[in-house]
Amino acid sequence: MLGVWMVYPAVYTIIRSFFGQHGFLGTWVGIDNYKTLFTTSTLTTAIKNNAIWVAVVPAVVTAVGLVFAVLTERVRWAVAFKTAVFLPMAISAFATGVTWRIMYQQDPNLGAINALGKVVSGAVSPAGVLQSALPSTPGLQTQGGGMVLKTATQPGGTALLGVTGIPPDQVPHSAVQAVTPAAKPGDVVGTVWRDFKPGGGKPGVVEKQELGLPGVTVELRDASGKVVKSTKTKSDGSFDFTGVKAGTYHAAIGASTFAKPFAGYAWLGPNLIVPSLLIAYIWIWAGFAMVVIGAGLSAMPRDVLEAARTDGASEWQVFRRVTVPLLAPVLSVVFVTMIINVLKVFDIVYALAPESEYAKANVIALAMYFTAFQGGGNFGVGSAIAVFLFLLVIPVLALNIRRFKREA
Amino acid sequence: MAAAAEAIVVPAPHDTAAAKALRFAARTPVNIVLVALGLAWLVPTIGLFITSILPASALASKGWWQIFSHPSVATWSNYDALFHNSGLITALKTTAYIAVGNTLLVVILGAMAGYAFAWLDFPGRDWLFIGVIGLLVVPLQMALIPMFKLYDTFGLFDTWEGIALFHVAFGLPFAIFLLRNFFVGLPKDILESARIDGANEIVIFLRLILPLGLPAIASLAIFQFLWTWNDLLVALTFGQNTTPITVWIAGQLREFGTSIDIIAPASFISLVIPLCVFLAFQRYFVQGLLAGSVK
Repeated sequence: MLGVWMVYPAVYTIIRSFFGQHGFLGTWVGIDNYKTLFTTSTLTTAIKNNAIWVAVVPAVVTAVGLVFAVLTERVRWAVAFKTAVFLPMAISAFATGVTWRIMYQQDPNLGAINALGKVVSGAVSPAGVLQSALPSTPGLQTQGGGMVLKTATQPGGTALLGVTGIPPDQVPHSAVQAVTPAAKPGDVVGTVWRDFKPGGGKPGVVEKQELGLPGVTVELRDASGKVVKSTKTKSDGSFDFTGVKAGTYHAAIGASTFAKPFAGYAWLGPNLIVPSLLIAYIWIWAGFAMVVIGAGLSAMPRDVLEAARTDGASEWQVFRRVTVPLLAPVLSVVFVTMIINVLKVFDIVYALAPESEYAKANVIALAMYFTAFQGGGNFGVGSAIAVFLFLLVIPVLALNIRRFKREA
Repeated sequence: MAAAAEAIVVPAPHDTAAAKALRFAARTPVNIVLVALGLAWLVPTIGLFITSILPASALASKGWWQIFSHPSVATWSNYDALFHNSGLITALKTTAYIAVGNTLLVVILGAMAGYAFAWLDFPGRDWLFIGVIGLLVVPLQMALIPMFKLYDTFGLFDTWEGIALFHVAFGLPFAIFLLRNFFVGLPKDILESARIDGANEIVIFLRLILPLGLPAIASLAIFQFLWTWNDLLVALTFGQNTTPITVWIAGQLREFGTSIDIIAPASFISLVIPLCVFLAFQRYFVQGLLAGSVK
């Protein structure tokens, strides 16, 4: 059985990798298939990506597993936590791919991760009151994201900042009829309003049915462009800078008023697809590392740890100098296992990456599948990729045999 | 005398409320961190489940967490529709045939071979076993192309038997490795005395090895079942119309946005069975993992 399904195919694949595209053997092409392997861009991307996987995943999974294993020793509900983290191990990498595809959706209204990003970014830099607006007169100019009134004002002056191009649904709910406040000595007053009414109206003039824009950040800038005062408009769009020193100023609407809301990262787009895959994969395997390392931890001689603590070592020192060195064999088992897993990774890439991003997300196993099957049909290069994958895991094979011989 | 003895008695450390509170305070950060992490690990699966019980129209503009503000949008109609979908039912059946069939074969063959490697003397035994260990790491990609052709020739292509047999082959090295190592550790004198009593190898295998080896066999069975239930690559390669559930869902992925009311519930169905198996036999699963973290 093993002979038919494993030994024969392995030998055949090795031989087949030196032959052309079609037929039982095809024509002898020497090492051309291997040359193709290292020169075709989709295949080199796959190899590069797999290198990233190998560099990141085993180390992170081992570290996360170690931290989880150590932390769970300190709580009473360790079993519940372990079950939660271990759960993804039972689920197929394919279903995980689907699960994370839902999590990763770009629209913050749909994808949970971007929704979280929206909450965070909303707290750090909130979206502006107006997301789209244009100056209503040439007197108001856009500048660095904000809008500046060309005509200078002085204390006692009035600044009228009319804007248009605001869709009705984006007008703040509390907006009421715009009002031009009366000028006050020593103050700069003015209005920010939607300079548009049914029928159009006259640009630059506050008219009936035109709404004031509340919550807009208005800035008073001095001759050098420095912001000396800043305030927010009221529901009728009016604002009032009190106690302005003599001089000439420009009134402006601050850039933050027009800040676009968080649009979400394209987790499944060409730039982030590889990190997104890594995160989902680490999510699957952290439980494995945690359980194996946890078993090693519970088999550890307690008295050694106690002795170190009695000698006055801090928890960190105990962890760093006693726990980790004693766990080294277990950690290396996890690490090596993860290297093999990562080299053969296939399902999650197939399920999580949208088809349009396969080229960017490619890994060796995926490249092998698409080269040999699914319209690829090139058994020669496909075999070469398989052999290449095999060569990569051979050192691990040697390691396993050595371990067995030592145990025997 | 009695008084002297009493004097040196150290008072038992008393758990005062203050000490308890202090210990709890010291643990609180760890607890909070672990709760957050535990949630992070659960949320995606919960999200998948909630997505699966929402109609596609509700999912077009809002994420699955809308259920917390509008619980009434939840519906079983997605599942209802799926259970009337003959494609899915066939796929589930195929998955079950493949997973159960190959697991049975792997357990039977693995146990016999494991016993042979552990307790029978035959020439070249150790070398053969090293060969089996060697096969442990052979990536199954090595066999895809040749078996594709062989299956084509022998009519195994696009049959569940073909897919199951492939799994058996690639499951056996691990099975033999795991069971041989477990059987070797069984007490030798029990076997010896059974042999002296005149029991033949078949009786020893059935009456002694199988019952004693049950924990390891259970681990193996669960492992193999989950591994093959969850497989995508093998079925994708050797199936065309005979497809297990993973491949069936994969076929819908192209229309991810519009078919979400099929993809999400089908994915959830596909993971419910492994999840139950896992939760029911978690102990054996962990044992298997620890015994053979080599695969």
